[in-house]
Amino acid sequence: MSNFFEKTDLTRKDAENIISETLNKCDDGELYLEDSKSESILLDDNKIKSSSYSSDLGFGLRAISGEIVAYSHSNEISKDSLNQSSKNLQSTLKSSKGTYNHEIPKTNKNFYNDINPIEEKDLNSKLEVLNKVNDYLRSKDSNVKQVTSSFSGEQKSIEIIRLGGQSITDVRPLVRFNVSVMLEKNGRKETGVYGIGGRQSYDSYLDNENWKNVCDEAYRIASVNLESKPAPAGEMKVVLGPGWPAILIHEAIGHGLEGDFNRKKTSAFHDLMGQRVASEGVTIVDDGTIDKRRGSLTIDDEGTPTERTVLIENGILKNFMQDRLNARLMKTKSTGNGRRESYKHVVLPRMRNTMMLSGKNTQDEMISSVDKGIFAVSFGGGQVDITSGKFVFNCTEAYEIIDGKIGSPIKGATLIGDGPSILKEVSMVGNDMMLDPGIGTCGKAGQGVPVGVAQPSILIDKMTVGGTKL
Amino acid sequence: MVKDQEYLRNKASYCLDLAKKLGATSASVSVGHSISESVSFRNKVLDESNRSDNLGVSITTYIDKKKSSISSSNLLDKNIKTLIEKCIETTKITPEDEFNGLPDKNLLANKIKDLDLYDESHIENDKKIEYLKELEIATSDNDKIVNTESGFTENKSNFILASSDGFCEGYKTSSFTASCVAVAKDDKSMERDYDYTSKCFLSDIKSSSHLAKETREKTIKKLSPKKIGSEKINIIFDKRIASSLLSAFAGAISGSAIARGTSFLKDKLGEQVFSQNINIIDQPDILKGLGSRPFDSEGVKTETLKLVEKGQLKSYLVDTYNGKKLNLKSNGRCGGTSNLFFENGELSFDELLKSNSKMIYVTETIGHGTNLVTGDYSVGAAGFLIENGEFKYPINEFTIAGNFKEMFNNLTLANDLEFQYSTNSPTAMVEGMVVAGK
Repeated sequence: MSNFFEKTDLTRKDAENIISETLNKCDDGELYLEDSKSESILLDDNKIKSSSYSSDLGFGLRAISGEIVAYSHSNEISKDSLNQSSKNLQSTLKSSKGTYNHEIPKTNKNFYNDINPIEEKDLNSKLEVLNKVNDYLRSKDSNVKQVTSSFSGEQKSIEIIRLGGQSITDVRPLVRFNVSVMLEKNGRKETGVYGIGGRQSYDSYLDNENWKNVCDEAYRIASVNLESKPAPAGEMKVVLGPGWPAILIHEAIGHGLEGDFNRKKTSAFHDLMGQRVASEGVTIVDDGTIDKRRGSLTIDDEGTPTERTVLIENGILKNFMQDRLNARLMKTKSTGNGRRESYKHVVLPRMRNTMMLSGKNTQDEMISSVDKGIFAVSFGGGQVDITSGKFVFNCTEAYEIIDGKIGSPIKGATLIGDGPSILKEVSMVGNDMMLDPGIGTCGKAGQGVPVGVAQPSILIDKMTVGGTKL
Repeated sequence: MVKDQEYLRNKASYCLDLAKKLGATSASVSVGHSISESVSFRNKVLDESNRSDNLGVSITTYIDKKKSSISSSNLLDKNIKTLIEKCIETTKITPEDEFNGLPDKNLLANKIKDLDLYDESHIENDKKIEYLKELEIATSDNDKIVNTESGFTENKSNFILASSDGFCEGYKTSSFTASCVAVAKDDKSMERDYDYTSKCFLSDIKSSSHLAKETREKTIKKLSPKKIGSEKINIIFDKRIASSLLSAFAGAISGSAIARGTSFLKDKLGEQVFSQNINIIDQPDILKGLGSRPFDSEGVKTETLKLVEKGQLKSYLVDTYNGKKLNLKSNGRCGGTSNLFFENGELSFDELLKSNSKMIYVTETIGHGTNLVTGDYSVGAAGFLIENGEFKYPINEFTIAGNFKEMFNNLTLANDLEFQYSTNSPTAMVEGMVVAGK
């Protein structure tokens, strides 16, 4: 745990006094302190291309009055700097007459260990793994023309100090390992990318078995794509594979269920609480409590313990994801979804691990029921327009389905759909729910935060596939 | 106040001296400070104020051909010392790379031209609030507008870039940005659109009434969209989307993509990659230009590049490292393009609209469907159906797809270029793309 008052003229008592002066007439707010360390090591083009290390230290002071948020942050933790932030906040909230909400639930659970992944394994051993990855892939096939592999690790230590001096702390490890391989055959180039990660140390995680699996998977995807044909264009049935394709849920449904968009009535879901928004059999939860997952958090960035929030139960909309501000204004409780990228950013309701739970069907049943459609196994990025509800995502591995059988692989096509209606088009939910490998980063309002997704195979009756073959 | 050059220079030379003392054979450092103050509004009332104060240093140390780097926001001498020690230790065990090193001294910028990138003006939060209030009142001036959000940000930055080869230069920049997002609703649909204005000088930003009118009209125009069928058709890219074609092009000619062989434009230097009348310029010395810079992020002087002339690819974007790999000199493009633009085409906007009896006008795209290795392109889109030169009705939930190699060859530009962003394009038409709809 970092001691933020160790190397500064600012004492804890000073900080408490400034917090008290800033927040006593406000509804909510806190001083958020953060000390983060991160490293990244990249192998590319047969060489260690970069090794970098970064340490970042700073605070963010936030005051909330009614619907107004005043925020000021700096990377200089000092009495002067905190006082300046306090003045800035007070000038925005001149006429504030709120009553501070002291209530915040406590937890003694932990969903990851208090470790620093960067220090747990020395640099040489990481370089060694990257070089092995390069050699392994290049010796596998002479068509391998480019290999990129990287490690990144971080430790983020935070402290939240609330009015009255209540202090809440958390130490969060996060690691990620990634492999990208490009194959070239008969003048054609295709790439395959795969990665794994979570809130743990590299140690046991990157044994021989694990990194080889990541390489094999990246290689397999690139090989499949080398044989791919132009994707069809138009509306058709789509079978989604289990695991990572759940970014469909994240984009199409998840964002629309975040508290801020619903309080502001800019989400297509804002007036659908308690109503049917998905086919029967569709249950979606957002869970921050799964051990060592990328999207898990012991507490959110406001200090609220995370939970498993049921968003949609058997097709019926049950809950939105809330931070403290939106929860108060919508007269409900925070669900522990208040997150920020760093001390430089304001808190927003954000997803954690968003999961569609298993149903009864098998993947084979789904595929054999489709006359003409596509089977999408993996995706690149996705995006949603919250207001119109339209969302897209890009296939990185997909196949044609013809007469109930899987056919040729198809080239990266974009799928486009309508968030509020897509879940009503789900006609089968698989019995094979799987978590993603731990690679997701969600972007919102310029802030990126690590997230997870999970789903079983699903059959969607109607979606537009953006290929080039009419 | 943003820290002055003297403070930043002192920090930079402290870092360089220490790096050399600890065993670096060469080193480079950049120290920067920025302060930004923003206010945001929602439905005509104050929503958020945000003050951001960022100080940061990043250091790269070399021991012959070995290299490593660190960055930190904690500029206390003691912390910097710990970090540089760590950086040197890492450098020692990082394998050599023959292409590592500081830029060629002859290419470094010497006479730094003042490009007029800093405006002293300070706009108090109260004045920002006034602007936003006017902006949202004017934007809401139609019953169909049900929600507005807007923001105003002032940013002041200063930085210094220094290296053990004696380079030590930096300058201040400023920016003022106002933006507005509106949501419109009718009985069939809810739609959102936006507009923004961003300039180095406060006096150059659009008036609140101008911004309001643009936002309001764009948003309302999108209401009650229809779906369209799948077909092969000409696509017109609105200016704000057309610039993304340039961004994709810039990504494909970046030194690293070329050197790594992961670009569909590899080995195309001197070849026809666009239709005959297309010219692409990257001009770093436009006064007050949002992308202007006298030198790149390695200190190499920047000059105007004609990247594409009459459709022929004339130059890649080259930095020192990838230049050595490609046997090319750096052309001052470490960190990418500066002010990148297509030169105007021949047709007026109206002539372009009338060039075919049925076309699709795209005002926004969503998704990341750009593959620079293969050139494949497939994105979600929204826009309008155009028949006989007229906007018929809004359309959405369709995709547009093609391959950049063909798209670049089937490109026609209008003559309505404006310098609104750092990458700018006139309205652009691409013939024969595939639209997938219902």
